[in-house]
Amino acid sequence: MGKQLSRKVQHVEDKVKDLLLQIQNGQGVEKDDINPLKARKLIALQTWKGYSVKKGPNYAPERKKAATDLTRENLQRGDWKDLEFKEYNFSAKGPPAECGHLHPLNKVKERLKNIFRMMKFEEMPTNRFVESSFWNFDALFQPQQHPARDSHDTFFLQVPSTTKQLPEDYVERVKRVHESGGYGSRGYCYEWKRDEANKNLLRTHTTAISSRMLYALAQHAKEQTFTPKRYFSIDRVFRNEAVDRTHLAEFHQIEGLVCDRGLTLSHLIGVLDDFFSRLGMSKLRFKPAYNPYTEPSMEIFSYHEGFGKWVEIGNSGMFRPEMLRPMGFPEDVNVIAWGLSLERPTMILYGIDNIRDLFGHKVDLGLIKKNPLCLIGIQDADG
Amino acid sequence: MPTVSVGRDRLFAALGRKYTQEEFEDLCFSFGIELDDVTTEKAIIRKEKHLDEEEAEGDEEIIYKIEVPANRYDLLCLEGLAQALRIFNKQDKMPTYKLANISKESTIKMHVKPETALIRPYVVCAVLRDITFDEASYNSFIDLQDKLHQNICRRRTLVAIGTHDLDTLQGPFTYEALPPVEINFVPLKQEKAFRADELMEFYKSDLKLKKFLHIIENSPVFPVFYDQNRTVLSLPPIINGAHSAITLKTKNVFIECTATDLTKAKIVLNTMVTTFSAYCKSKFEVEPVEVIYPDGKSYFYPDLSVYDMEVPLSYITGLVGVSLKTEEVTSLLNRMQLRAEQSVSGDVEKINVSVPPNRSDVLHPCDVMEDVAIAFGYNNIPKRKLPSLKPLALNQLEDLIRAEIAMNGFTEVLTWILGSHWENFSLLNRNDDKSTAVIVGNPRTSDFEVVRTSLMPGALKVIGHNKDHPKPIKIFEVGDIVRLDETKDVGATNRRSLSALYCGSNSGFELIHSVLDRVMEVMGAPFVPVGDSRGYYIERSDAPEFLSGRQASIIYKGKHIGNFGIVHPQVLNNFDIPDPCSFMELDIEYFL
Repeated sequence: MGKQLSRKVQHVEDKVKDLLLQIQNGQGVEKDDINPLKARKLIALQTWKGYSVKKGPNYAPERKKAATDLTRENLQRGDWKDLEFKEYNFSAKGPPAECGHLHPLNKVKERLKNIFRMMKFEEMPTNRFVESSFWNFDALFQPQQHPARDSHDTFFLQVPSTTKQLPEDYVERVKRVHESGGYGSRGYCYEWKRDEANKNLLRTHTTAISSRMLYALAQHAKEQTFTPKRYFSIDRVFRNEAVDRTHLAEFHQIEGLVCDRGLTLSHLIGVLDDFFSRLGMSKLRFKPAYNPYTEPSMEIFSYHEGFGKWVEIGNSGMFRPEMLRPMGFPEDVNVIAWGLSLERPTMILYGIDNIRDLFGHKVDLGLIKKNPLCLIGIQDADG
Repeated sequence: MPTVSVGRDRLFAALGRKYTQEEFEDLCFSFGIELDDVTTEKAIIRKEKHLDEEEAEGDEEIIYKIEVPANRYDLLCLEGLAQALRIFNKQDKMPTYKLANISKESTIKMHVKPETALIRPYVVCAVLRDITFDEASYNSFIDLQDKLHQNICRRRTLVAIGTHDLDTLQGPFTYEALPPVEINFVPLKQEKAFRADELMEFYKSDLKLKKFLHIIENSPVFPVFYDQNRTVLSLPPIINGAHSAITLKTKNVFIECTATDLTKAKIVLNTMVTTFSAYCKSKFEVEPVEVIYPDGKSYFYPDLSVYDMEVPLSYITGLVGVSLKTEEVTSLLNRMQLRAEQSVSGDVEKINVSVPPNRSDVLHPCDVMEDVAIAFGYNNIPKRKLPSLKPLALNQLEDLIRAEIAMNGFTEVLTWILGSHWENFSLLNRNDDKSTAVIVGNPRTSDFEVVRTSLMPGALKVIGHNKDHPKPIKIFEVGDIVRLDETKDVGATNRRSLSALYCGSNSGFELIHSVLDRVMEVMGAPFVPVGDSRGYYIERSDAPEFLSGRQASIIYKGKHIGNFGIVHPQVLNNFDIPDPCSFMELDIEYFL
């Protein structure tokens, strides 16, 4: 007997066909049923998008292009009335301005010069980088063996190596006060050498200019009458030092001095308070220090709110009689003076912690372009 | 300040000499008045009527318009001016004004009626007896009234002046205030009589008088003067009556001033009588008038009393700043019409000053002090300078130039003064002939070998270190370079230099050229032909640091002050710069 087929069920239910028919008719099917159909490639997914179109509030029969700017043509044609502007991106910055810029150090310098002028100080001519040891050291009663006069600290010159002219009678008085004193002083008791005084150098401080100015003032006082003076300068000085984050071989020194009768340490503290308050540093204290040409000498400290500590901001003092009397000043004339660097307050002001980022050829031009105005001396100084 | 017009020739006649215009201006200047304009009556008429040269009529006499201080009413006419200047020039002694000595009975009386209080309560009067006018002095008399009306009288609101031929009238007089309809008279320059209210209507079309009408227009009563025969003298502050009008022939002048401000009325009256009593037979003498108010109080006018002040010498000399002796001060004051003599009382040197009735401007010793200073001569007072500061010209010029270059779109750099010998010379294709550079003897590193003789290496190093910076780069620097200088005590001298550099995809040579032109423009130097030393020009140069044919020397007032050009490609390479650059450097000390 051969194989025999017999009906096992009365009806065959073709589920696949049914599902396909259902899909064809647009009826919904279960998600679980779709995947096997997709797998057998019996159906493919198609996305149909429908839109409902009706007139909106800005409906116009013609299409308009949004304007980005108002032009001269718009004004001439008069069609500016119908312009619709593209939404402006108010969260973006404008393009960079094309303009010139002043160097931040010079901006601070200008403000400081203004502060000095407000305080009735006259600017000294400091355009003299090459100086003799005499005016830079000896005239300031700085002994010839002083470590500052070492070649480790000072740039001495090969060309021109020496100074040819000095006021001889004054040199004689300076020599005497160094060697044997006078004017009530014992002096330093050593053999003062003219050759040492003749040695040329790059000035280590603008006080070299101050000594020239004071000498000239004393000569004027001898010939006519003594005129009180207030001098200041801000200019380059040179130190033969290794360059690091806070030191350069050249920097700008700010110097102020008052020459008058009857000046006291109290005047010095008062003038420092006035000056530094205008710089926004009103919390000051003074530390006894040593300086060969000032007595008393004071280091100036200011409390820095940001750093939360006292920082040294400058040096000051009253010039010694051994410096002033040989110049020819009468006994009752005193000089009070102070000095600081221009770079330090500028770095604090602009938040720069490496001096080489502020001054010199390696400075990023972008930094010079972005720095803000210097407002010191504009806001009311307290006190 | 008021201006007085006086005929030049009459003024010079009164001053007793002729002046050149310059001399007269100097005299005015030192006295504190000013010759404002020199003109003629013809020119004035021409100007007013906008006529051409030929058409105008009028006198060709030269007229000086003189500006006088607003508080010096005594200078508002030729007579007062001439008197003040003659006394100032020590040609005359100052006059003493006095009242005529007449009995109370024969004094002319002015009775004030109570109604005047409603509109214009004060009146002061005086008589100039036996006066002689000529045409000029008569006109001056009229003009002075005009000037006073314009100035102190505030356009007749405070004071109004009426002058009358006394011989046509009969005192005593009454000053009344009546309803307009009750006043009827023939006004000045009219033929027929008007009722006051009609007169006001009539004057509404009168250019000169209409501006005064408002002073009384709305008052129920108008002020009016009558004589014994009910002849109207005037309707102040509007118009006088025709009956008593003064003429050139008038011998006796009756002056009345009505006022809302008594002090000013007295000043006005005093000004009139002190000035014109000079023309009276009895010079500087004025006949008083008694003014009797309804409450029975009576006053004699004018009040020619002097105002006495005692002024310490030190007050005067202390404020003028010149040490003067008492005699010097008194003689200076006499030149200013202030009678002064040394006071005898006390230890301190004092000066008694009698301020005459024509000097109502003197209120306080400071006015006396000022007159001492004027008579001494402001320009003879030594200069006493306050302490002040001198500018440092070079530094200020530098700041101005720096600002200009920055405005030109350049960014300022600050570079080292010290550098290596190599970059100062070899890298710029330059040789060191040993005659320019200051050489450091003990440099710690090669970075500090020489003091720069040019700003160029610094500028190029900035570019070399800013290769990533967007182009074009425009930088500048103003700084000192140092050169050997045998003439200086130390053997070297600083020179202030300006450099500008452009770096971009092209050389920017013309742009650097335009920076030069801009510098010269702000320095006021014109571009001139080669060889001309009045401005600047450029001429082809041959410096090794620049490209041949694209470089020039800058010649300013005949001096070679700098160079500019396209930086030589070899030099660019030396400083590791891949882009073309143009550079300019010049010495700004030549601009001073």
